[in-house]
Amino acid sequence: MQYCEYPSFRLHFCETKKVNVRLNVIIKPMILVSAKGLVKDYGSFRAVDSVEFEILRGECFGFLGPNGAGKTSVMRMIHCFMPPTYGEIKVFGLNVFKDSSLIKSKIGVMPQDDNLDIDLSVFENLIVYARYFDISKKISSPKAWQLLEFVDLRDKANINISKLSGGMKRRLLLARALINNPELLILDEPTVGLDPHSRHDIWKSLDELKSKGITLILTTHYMEEAERICDRVAIMDAGKIMVIDSPLSLTEKHGGNLEHVYLKLTGRHLES
Amino acid sequence: MSLKRAFRVWQRNFTVYTKLYKSSLVLNFIDPILYLAALGLGLGAFIKEINGTPYIKFIAPGIIASSAMFAAIYECSYGTYVRMHYQKTFDAILSTPVNIHELIAGELLWGATKSMLYGITIIIVITLFGFVDSYMILLLIPVLFLCGLIFAQIAVISVAVVPGIDSFNYFYTLFITPMFLFSGIFFPLDALPLVVSDIAFFTPLYHLVNIARAFAFGDFSVINDILWMLIVVVILAPLPFKLMKRRIII
Repeated sequence: MQYCEYPSFRLHFCETKKVNVRLNVIIKPMILVSAKGLVKDYGSFRAVDSVEFEILRGECFGFLGPNGAGKTSVMRMIHCFMPPTYGEIKVFGLNVFKDSSLIKSKIGVMPQDDNLDIDLSVFENLIVYARYFDISKKISSPKAWQLLEFVDLRDKANINISKLSGGMKRRLLLARALINNPELLILDEPTVGLDPHSRHDIWKSLDELKSKGITLILTTHYMEEAERICDRVAIMDAGKIMVIDSPLSLTEKHGGNLEHVYLKLTGRHLES
Repeated sequence: MSLKRAFRVWQRNFTVYTKLYKSSLVLNFIDPILYLAALGLGLGAFIKEINGTPYIKFIAPGIIASSAMFAAIYECSYGTYVRMHYQKTFDAILSTPVNIHELIAGELLWGATKSMLYGITIIIVITLFGFVDSYMILLLIPVLFLCGLIFAQIAVISVAVVPGIDSFNYFYTLFITPMFLFSGIFFPLDALPLVVSDIAFFTPLYHLVNIARAFAFGDFSVINDILWMLIVVVILAPLPFKLMKRRIII
């Protein structure tokens, strides 16, 4: 419990567990992720340009923007995959350089690309992934069954990955991201390329996770997705954050739906 | 760097291997046995003896070495590249507490393990054929791991620098195949111009062949070859980590 942003809360770290639990309730909501002056350059191309944001515990925060807006780069910096070129990013109040293993142990990542282990079965994918978190099979095995139940893949446990449909693979990626009981779940385009039915399945699962208090950060270029599940969205264009607000407040301020807001702010269509 | 997390990466590769080992191990048997049969028996019918040793018996320990080399080189070139680029297994692993150095360490240790495993299978085969004179051949097992580590380092370095999977053709044609042919497996290098053995001295396979042959015939004068491996493994040590970090993490 040493990821608190505010000095006054640090006092509590040396307290007993019991007190800590009580204080945890009091100190919510707190900042889980904060970025200041965040820049990411790939050679001479600036993918993320002086971005600032704070993400609070328990909220669902969305980065909304078209492909190439810099959303995935921001996500990759949050889950310690790559360092920023300039600026500072803190997750759980920890430095993404020095404490990456500790940060990643409390994060679940559902990537945009399917990176499941094609040589392993559905169940084995979860068990092998759990091992990276040093979770023994004794603990990961019942957890894996529970997660397969959650994403409705229990009857597919022993089949090979190649036999799964696109929607099933996405659901398995979601289950895999939850194997370590993460406090923060990062979802990069969680429903991209899915049919409406499979998309709703994922949204239903995300609603359930939100109700359990897990913080969600997602990227999307579907405004319906952002409106449906995000508490707040950051509208991104060409590496910059144009505005951060709740979908409701944005649509009230600018009129129409998020698509109109996007068009008004950037002069471009979102899902182009 | 946590060795435990590096072991988790090793363990992932081992788990996948145990699912596929039947086909890959059988193929791995066939290749060296073909060399042994075609060259040992075929060419052996004309050459008879080298330095007083029947030809097939002369090349048999070298086949242990080449088999160990190809195991680690394939695993950590094509295998590592596929895991990194096509299957995106590395992206998945790096989303967990495992960091890039632990990931690469796991890959290297797995490559070395495969060298050892495949070397052992050939040791068993040539011992059954009666081509091994001494129990000292058992001492070769840790050497296979050590030299396997060098092969794995070289292969991972190649992954870090190739622009695409097709470029491995250059790596194999210009480096691995000449190393295989001029390592002393099929003929002693001292019959060739001095420059050949001078170049061979800088390749790991040459030293592994020396050691394998010496141990198979009960000779122990290979300390220089072992020292060579220890020095090279240390010299190469930082490169795979540095180069792969640059390749994967932009």
